[in-house]
Amino acid sequence: MTVKEVVEKLNFKVFSGAEGLQNEIIGGYTGDLLSDVMGNAEASHIWITLQTHKNVMAIATLKELAAIVLVKGYKPEEETINQSNEENIPILGTDEDEFEISAKIFNLLNQ
Amino acid sequence: MHFEYHVESGDFINAGSTSSAVKKTLKQLNVDSSIIKRTVVALYEAEVNIVAHAYKGTIYVDIDQEAITIRLVDEGPGIPDIDKAMEMGYSTASPSVREMGFGAGMGLPNIKNNTDRMSITSKVGVGTTVEIYNKLQ
Ligand SMILES: Nc1ncnc2c1ncn2[C@@H]1O[C@H](COP(=O)(O)OP(=O)(O)OP(=O)(O)O)[C@@H](O)[C@H]1O
Ligand SMILES: [Mg+2]
Repeated sequence: MTVKEVVEKLNFKVFSGAEGLQNEIIGGYTGDLLSDVMGNAEASHIWITLQTHKNVMAIATLKELAAIVLVKGYKPEEETINQSNEENIPILGTDEDEFEISAKIFNLLNQ
Repeated sequence: MHFEYHVESGDFINAGSTSSAVKKTLKQLNVDSSIIKRTVVALYEAEVNIVAHAYKGTIYVDIDQEAITIRLVDEGPGIPDIDKAMEMGYSTASPSVREMGFGAGMGLPNIKNNTDRMSITSKVGVGTTVEIYNKLQ
């Protein structure tokens, strides 16, 4: 499933990195501890988190993640947005919390 | 090939810039992408440890046909008990660093899991040297 399809089905806001909306998603990881994500997320995963600073993009870039979802209305910082646009890794937003949105994404991916 | 990079304490904005530079270089050399990923994950963790725990440091990167060797030499508080620091979950990260999502105590274990060889030498009150080695083929 592409990032774009997930955005449309779950009504996500697209903050940045729109050129990466065609990225393919093969799974996901949820977490706010950066080195946990670094150690356990895989390439082409969608990452659900509430962290908004630039190191989030460093991890997404190094791990070649498909997209990032910020939960509970959190917004990315300006530097995070800039790197997302450079790397074409979309940052998405939702008002829901990590539990709810992880479950919804999981169900979508496993339909 | 030899490169050097400098890292400053508290500079979280630029943390990761050495890792992305090395990633670009390895890509240009057509290194296998899984080896690139392992190497830059390890390097990122070691780089962030200087930013989070030390005062400043220099990263020396050497690449030849066979392998990449990275030495991260910092001036800082040093690590009193290296075996303990290597344990999953052990962290002395400050509250402000934890707020950013660092401090899970998983950085050094990540380095170990993503390298063919790693070593740490440290002197309390002086600094720490982390060496990372990955075969490139
Ligand atoms: N360069 C360093 N200088 C001084 N102490 C260090 C250094 N690197 C690691 N340490 C010590 O080792 C501990 C464990 O490091 P590790 O990278 O595993 O976890 P962390 O940095 O605390 O958290 P995380 O990496 O999960 O964000 C640190 O909390 C710190 O006490
Ligand atoms: Mg660390």
